[in-house]
Amino acid sequence: MNWSKLELRKARTPGVLLIFLILLATLTLYASPYTVIFVTSIFMYIILTVSWVIFSGPTGYISFAPAAFFGVGIYTSAILGTELPLPIVILTGGVISFILALFVGALTLRLKGVYFTIFTLGLVELSKHLLLWYEIKFTGTRGRFVVLVDNTTIYYILFIILVLLLLTSYLIRRSKYGLALRSIGESEEASAHTGVNVNLLKTFTFALSAVFMGATGAIMATRWTYVDPYIAFNLQYSFMPVLMSIFGGMGQLYGPVLGAVIFTMLEEKLITEFPYYYMLTIGLILLIVIIYLPDGLVGLIQKWQNRSPEKQHVTP
Amino acid sequence: MSLLEGIGVTKYFGGLAAVSQVDFKIPKGKVVGLIGPNGAGKTTLFNLVSGVLIPKSGTINFKTENITGMQSYRICRKGVARTFQSVNVFGNMPVVENVLLGAIFGNSNPSSEKEAAEEAMNLLEFVGLSEMRSVPTQSLTLGDKKRLEVARALATKPELLLLDELMAGLNHTELTETMELVNKIRDRGITIFMIEHVMRVIMSICDRIIVLHHGEKIAEGTPKSIAANKTVIKAYLGE
Amino acid sequence: MLVTILDIVIAGLLLGGLYALIAMGLSLQYGVARVLNISHGEFIMLGGLTTWTITKSLGINPFVSLVICGPVAFILGYIIHQTLFKRLYSISASPSVFESSSMLASFGLMFIIQNIALLAWGPEIRGYSYLAFPVHIAGTLFGANRLVTTGFAIVIGVGFYLFLARTRTGKAVRAAAQDPTTAGLMGVNINRVLALCFGLGAAMAGIAGMLISMCYPVHAVMGMPYTIIAIVVVALGGMGSIPGSFIGGFALGLIGSIVTHFEPGLALVAYYLIFILLLLLKPTGIMGK
Repeated sequence: MNWSKLELRKARTPGVLLIFLILLATLTLYASPYTVIFVTSIFMYIILTVSWVIFSGPTGYISFAPAAFFGVGIYTSAILGTELPLPIVILTGGVISFILALFVGALTLRLKGVYFTIFTLGLVELSKHLLLWYEIKFTGTRGRFVVLVDNTTIYYILFIILVLLLLTSYLIRRSKYGLALRSIGESEEASAHTGVNVNLLKTFTFALSAVFMGATGAIMATRWTYVDPYIAFNLQYSFMPVLMSIFGGMGQLYGPVLGAVIFTMLEEKLITEFPYYYMLTIGLILLIVIIYLPDGLVGLIQKWQNRSPEKQHVTP
Repeated sequence: MSLLEGIGVTKYFGGLAAVSQVDFKIPKGKVVGLIGPNGAGKTTLFNLVSGVLIPKSGTINFKTENITGMQSYRICRKGVARTFQSVNVFGNMPVVENVLLGAIFGNSNPSSEKEAAEEAMNLLEFVGLSEMRSVPTQSLTLGDKKRLEVARALATKPELLLLDELMAGLNHTELTETMELVNKIRDRGITIFMIEHVMRVIMSICDRIIVLHHGEKIAEGTPKSIAANKTVIKAYLGE
Repeated sequence: MLVTILDIVIAGLLLGGLYALIAMGLSLQYGVARVLNISHGEFIMLGGLTTWTITKSLGINPFVSLVICGPVAFILGYIIHQTLFKRLYSISASPSVFESSSMLASFGLMFIIQNIALLAWGPEIRGYSYLAFPVHIAGTLFGANRLVTTGFAIVIGVGFYLFLARTRTGKAVRAAAQDPTTAGLMGVNINRVLALCFGLGAAMAGIAGMLISMCYPVHAVMGMPYTIIAIVVVALGGMGSIPGSFIGGFALGLIGSIVTHFEPGLALVAYYLIFILLLLLKPTGIMGK
């Protein structure tokens, strides 16, 4: 599947978007199993990236927690997968992530942003160590087996989560809460003085973003069949969304989507052809984007289109 | 009756008393000035009133309700709004959205989004920024940014407006316009408590003046009495 | 009983010495240059692996690599600051924007350095033996290498503290950390101080890496856990307070040693619990402003 950047941009118009969605919805009917699996990976990264942007985009609070929530979802699946039906398991993964995020948010979001970032960075390592200790001490085994689910089901579940997520993100951006979130990113003090319950909004939005990450973890676990704390709590799943969001740009909804799609395809290409230079390339791209393209691809595209970015923000 | 009242308000930063046992009463409908040499504790006092800081001791009452240490957003919704010394606008958002935020979130009785949009436009007109409504705020001049801050504060439907050095950095024309704006706000029935350094503004607009020096209240009274007050003159000249 | 306590305390001091060193390094970078350097651990790793190469392949005493690791890491850090972070500062709209973007940039740096290390040394775990003979102290055995390392870390830490407190450059550094603008106005060459501090921080990481390699095995992906610990210590000690990082490092090391004695594998969890406690009670850290 080789969608060029241009086509993805045009896909914003409703008609084309609908066709695109239908094509994706029916993918399993006409595409090869490899393609289905590949697109599933793309969906996973889009979900992680877009949900990361829901909170970290407007507020500017950089979170490294996605891997933690993703891991929580994975382990939920591992533990409950044999006991409960799949939809419940996925929902539970989302709910537990929500609760964890509420706790983390309530604790760290009332302080300076850097504390939040630091805490989320260590949260993944912490979860890994805690689980590892627990497994060694109490269950005696390391890791668990996960219930097997076929690739078609995985694809559709992720597709549903993705659509729900995109809808949620779109609605938030256009609502008064999106406005409030952006104002928090501009000046938290002024926002609070304008009547916004800053702490509540931050914590809740952060928790909301975690739901999608947890749910995704729960379903992705079934693809791996065996998971242990190292597999489940892998910082890559925190680093990638951040990279993809910066690369794609966060000013528009399609930014993170674009970033995730391109990066996933880049990863695929690099890992097969230049596996030893993968991280180097990613790191260099990140540095280049931070210095020369601070608004990511979105900024670049808008410059080409000669539109000023803020016009997108104006509410009718 | 006193809209805002402070009793023995005290705040320490480390060992230093930034505000020390300050009593103040802001009567409803009046314009009260807060002056004093740099470092007197004026902005600190505002920060204590608006919830940015919590006093070490003392009480702050708004309409007889104790608001000491309450969170800023709650104080805002109760009817206290403020502007900031270093202009604190939402730079990357268009002008109208700054005001819109206040109209939507600033009240205990929230308006619908449609009403809020209307209120925002009306306020932009009130402060004279209608034409700039879609412009990104950071490209505004200082004077315009200050007016925007006022519009945003007014959008929260305050009964009390705290203005922190609104006149600072304005040129002659802007000063006259802004003074008119303050009068218009007073005419709407809003009580104003303002920190100022520009003396002619203070003297002409204010009904009462409170003077702080090294965190303590050293004088209070009508502009005329303050101008003649020896302690005040000494505080300013002695610096 | 006393032996166990002594064992725990000395192990704690060793750990603490290392923690203090890496935390002070990061504290310099964050406190003065305002860069939350997520690639800090990678400099530690580079120090460790370089020492391994020098010792194992060239058969030279690892302490010799001190002369190499320290200065080379310093130069590397200095150059990186002058090219990357200085540039980033000039294009950042505000200090808080710079803090975010510099952190993200250090993130990219982490990827790059790790990859280079993987290319140079491969993913295998490397180790060497030096001063590994036991020493008797109060009836227990301690590895000589661990004792030497601890001593070294303490000496460097105290030496650095004195540098900050007594020398002119040190005072300039402290002034820059407190208030960069005023310090600049008072004649401190701010730009040089920032780069100097960043370089110094990197040097401390490199030296810490060398010390670590004397006691533990090293490999290309060992950096991140150290970065996290350094960050936690810096936060505990007060986000940029160098004495705070010094004390915090030893405190955490001691706690880690105690926890590991009773429940191995829970050290990091313990650090985090303390971190949480601190966030709840005194968010500005032990010696924070």
